[in-house]
Amino acid sequence: MKKHDFLLVGIVLAAALLFFLVRNMLIEPGNVLEITVDGEAYGTYSLQEDQTIEIRDGNICRIEGGEVSMIWADCPDQLCVHQASVGEHGGNIICLPNRVVLSVGGYEEGAPVDTVAS
Amino acid sequence: MGRKTAYLGLFAAAAMLLGYVESLIPVFVTVPGMKLGLANLAVVLALYLYGGREAAAVSAVRIVLNAFLFGSLFSLAFSAAGGLISLAVMILLKRTGRFSIVGVSIAGGVFHNVGQLFVASFVVSNFRIFYYLTVLLVAGVVTGALIGVLAGEMEKRLKKIGKGSRKT
Repeated sequence: MKKHDFLLVGIVLAAALLFFLVRNMLIEPGNVLEITVDGEAYGTYSLQEDQTIEIRDGNICRIEGGEVSMIWADCPDQLCVHQASVGEHGGNIICLPNRVVLSVGGYEEGAPVDTVAS
Repeated sequence: MGRKTAYLGLFAAAAMLLGYVESLIPVFVTVPGMKLGLANLAVVLALYLYGGREAAAVSAVRIVLNAFLFGSLFSLAFSAAGGLISLAVMILLKRTGRFSIVGVSIAGGVFHNVGQLFVASFVVSNFRIFYYLTVLLVAGVVTGALIGVLAGEMEKRLKKIGKGSRKT
């Protein structure tokens, strides 16, 4: 290992830390699930109602106990099905082959904010 | 020439096999684009034992054949993007002469992940996917370093064998 190797590792890790901080600022907690397909809005759903949502023919996601997870996908890699469920802390589940993005963030309009605390 | 072609074929075959073995390992599946990058071992070795052009040939053969055998057109776009950008960066860094094989391999691993993420964000037209960047960068450093150390040790030994067999 040369000096420049360590410099490279340092820069990459610094960049990783920077993106981590940016990411934490961008993810907002919430109870609204927004589904986009191909970059276009597909629908918004409340995380407070348990429900199963079919997304076109390729994916099925399930909302249960305030968390959403992908339960079925027609692609071979099944990456999105293995991704951890997303709850009130906010976050995303992404199915690349079908270009489906599930993202949780923000609160329902009109819903009392302090329901989160309870 | 004939001997070199045969060796490069061997490298490509080894790269394909490593890529296949990797697809059997279920670790790291939680983040798209995250990979061990085992196949990069053959590419790094080809780069150091032969050169940039030869490494590109090994990488291209592996990516195309693996996509046809085990993947899809979709996975072809991903590995091509990751493979191309990673190889370009490795060739450039090696040319500067300031990085060891480990550093070059780390850069390769990192840029492989970054390249795939770019394609991914383009595919879903959603930049939320860059949330994964932190994990992918750190993973690229770790796997790149492992591959680099391994490639360095293999390079030393393969060079010895190469010299020995030339005499006979």
